[in-house]
Amino acid sequence: MHRTRHTETLELGTLERQLLNDFQHHLPLTPTPYADIAAKLGTSEEAVLAALHELQGAGAVSRVGAVFRTHRVGASTLAAMAVPPERLEEVAALVSGYDAVNHNYEREHRINLWFVATAADEKQLTQVLDDIEQRSGIAVMALPMLEDFHIDLGFELKWT
Amino acid sequence: MTSATIIALPDATDRALIVATQSGLPLVPRPYHELAERLGISATEVMERLTRMQQNGIIRRIGLVPNHYALGYTFNGMTVWDVPDERIHILGPRLGALPFVSHCYRRPRYLPDWPYNLFAMVHGRSRAETDAQVEEIAHLLGADNRGHAVLYSTRILKKTGLRLGNRGD
Repeated sequence: MHRTRHTETLELGTLERQLLNDFQHHLPLTPTPYADIAAKLGTSEEAVLAALHELQGAGAVSRVGAVFRTHRVGASTLAAMAVPPERLEEVAALVSGYDAVNHNYEREHRINLWFVATAADEKQLTQVLDDIEQRSGIAVMALPMLEDFHIDLGFELKWT
Repeated sequence: MTSATIIALPDATDRALIVATQSGLPLVPRPYHELAERLGISATEVMERLTRMQQNGIIRRIGLVPNHYALGYTFNGMTVWDVPDERIHILGPRLGALPFVSHCYRRPRYLPDWPYNLFAMVHGRSRAETDAQVEEIAHLLGADNRGHAVLYSTRILKKTGLRLGNRGD
């Protein structure tokens, strides 16, 4: 791994770092999960709960909970468009306006607008993409996931 | 559209549980009991359903969900690679196992505009760090890398979590 000096955005304590490093997976599915984590880390349930509140309050953790595979609970696809720079604001707003669109990014490329659309089924998903194409007059490239190669070990955070 | 095998679809109670947990588990000593009370089922059933959804792949993982941006990982690059189709089953898992790769998928090509079939999302705390990650992937692919591009995000225009509840189902 390559190490780069940087300014730490947040100052985190030892317990907070341990929780972030070791519990992105396998939160105990037991009646008292936080007490069980505390026992593993040699601390108290109160300390674990306080640290989790702290992490969530500081925004370091967006939530403690389940990460769902979106494509298993409906139909979804990554989609992209090559939008002329002078139309980017207008088309980006049009795309973001759909409830079915949950991520929308501008990226540095000729194909510059990238979004994820999710719907209850394939038919509704195709309708959304067709609608975007018609209203914007710009082709939408649908890039559905065909295979998932990610071995999810949690994202490795570095503290250097 | 996807070739993923769907082993079991979530039923109505699973969906209610997904909706109840999508903003996070309650930070109380007995969180599953609290969910159970809200849904009118037993805590044992909550834990069993979460276990089952994890086993059949509806749930990827249960735990702390880090906010990469707040932790200083402000550079995310969508790296895209054109690799031989017949080699993708060997190469994909290698990229997917790299610690700085958060998503790794095979997607269709759109020729001639878009020749890339392998996507890997990389995250770093500086442009130099993500550039080095791209180098590492290029090195790993060697001669199988027939072309690649890195698409840095310049702006997040919209980002919301999965919201099953909005669909009215």
